[in-house]
Amino acid sequence: MADPMRIRATAVGDSTEVKVLMNHEMETGQRKDAQGKTIPAWFIQSVTATYNGKTVLSAQWGPAVSKNPFLSFKFKGGTKGEKVQITWTDNRGDKRTDEATIS
Amino acid sequence: MDVERRKVLKAGGGMTLLTMLAAAGWLEPQAALAADAWNAAAFDTRSMDETMKALGGGAPAQSKDITFFQTPDIAENGAVVPVGITSAIPKTESIAILIEKNPNMLAAVFDIPPGTDPSLSTRVKMGQSSNVYALVKADGKYYVASKEIKVTLGGCGG
Amino acid sequence: MPAMIRRAAVRAAFCVGATAIATTACAQTSAVDEIAKYRAALQDGNPAELWEARGEDLWKTPRGPGKVSFATCDLGLGPGVVKGAYAQLPKYFADADRVMDLETRLVWCMVKQQGYSEADATKNPFGGPGQKSDIEALVAYITSESRGVKMNVAMDHPKEKEAFALGEKMFVYRGGTHDFACQTCHGEDGKRIRLQDLPNLMTVAGAQKAYTTWPAYRVSQGELRTFQWRLNDCFRQQRFPELIFTSDASIALTMYLARNANGAVFDAPSIKR
Repeated sequence: MADPMRIRATAVGDSTEVKVLMNHEMETGQRKDAQGKTIPAWFIQSVTATYNGKTVLSAQWGPAVSKNPFLSFKFKGGTKGEKVQITWTDNRGDKRTDEATIS
Repeated sequence: MDVERRKVLKAGGGMTLLTMLAAAGWLEPQAALAADAWNAAAFDTRSMDETMKALGGGAPAQSKDITFFQTPDIAENGAVVPVGITSAIPKTESIAILIEKNPNMLAAVFDIPPGTDPSLSTRVKMGQSSNVYALVKADGKYYVASKEIKVTLGGCGG
Repeated sequence: MPAMIRRAAVRAAFCVGATAIATTACAQTSAVDEIAKYRAALQDGNPAELWEARGEDLWKTPRGPGKVSFATCDLGLGPGVVKGAYAQLPKYFADADRVMDLETRLVWCMVKQQGYSEADATKNPFGGPGQKSDIEALVAYITSESRGVKMNVAMDHPKEKEAFALGEKMFVYRGGTHDFACQTCHGEDGKRIRLQDLPNLMTVAGAQKAYTTWPAYRVSQGELRTFQWRLNDCFRQQRFPELIFTSDASIALTMYLARNANGAVFDAPSIKR
């Protein structure tokens, strides 16, 4: 199971600002190892953020997103104490879901 | 994916790839979570023309209402280039980041549901100095803004 | 001046790099400003936090043949005390009769308390893809607990003075195939390699700014890198023999630079190119 994300959800006025740091190699599939073998592509393909069962952001990524991806976005609403959930799925079918409490 | 595709095709012609993605994957979290919802074709284009064709657009209209924020002109290292995009175009549905000189142009596509700010930032890899495009779909139409980001190497190259 | 440095200085003067910037003084200044903007933009989300989280977990979880956590590990402020510990290292530890920096002290605790062999404790100091380093994670966590604390490295014990004196000597010692010393790049104001300004570590301001920003998530490495790594990599770039992890030499150099940074507020883990 992949390492946990670091999620910060902060109430800003009548909105919630979300900042996420994800633990992932985001290997492009273009690099070669010391023996000259291509290192296979391994990267997050889809990301979904939900609040109260509603999707507040979804994304499709390619390997050009940086290693240990960072994402920052904002949505209207969100109450302190409620949770924002982020899920990512990668090209190996690995998945990770973490949540953060809006503070 | 097939069920959604049928639904979408039934709804009418002139569907762009982006709209199909929206119908099949983005607006339905379950489908978005499935690995096979990822659109390999869109992430496999090598030129601006190819990308726009795959996304169902001709040349998108240049728009001054798409702006970059916290996006420097020079990146000390191409592995991590911060890119922030805000769209002031009403009814923005999606924001995509394209990097012209990367092996594959499309870096990321974000679907913006109603209620979410059409403004976000992330970090991308750039293989070399290049134009970076912010492609916005709003109310069914495409718009674009671009910025040149120079990539350099610091220090002793380590 | 060695040929290598002369060439580097000439290259630097012409602003050659991956960019096609005009060689006017104005363009040079704006490049510096833009790089400052790049660095500022990176501050928003530092992947070092991922290492900090893992390190906190490692610090608190029983591990090793001895199945103990680091709760009994004394970093200088008492067993298990992490807050402010990094800002007073390196220091002399009586139980080891040795001046130790953080990594050395962690290895000590791993061996003496958790029961690892010296070889196992030091086998993976610098992580890579698919090969996480526990030490890097622990360093990230422990240093984060010194953020905001003023550097206060003591130099009372004779061995601490000895370590400082050795570090000072090493800093100006020329060697290797290119006849470099640390001083060659870091001993004068206004030096630059390509677009990277080189801090003058022989000034208080230079030493303070440099030491208080390590460890750092190095974007070009895609990893969190510690001060032991920084020195090791400098040696590599100087074409020196390898600086052995937690060697007396590495601790001496660390002592010299850390002590010179006294008074500055520690602000790491940071994020760098």
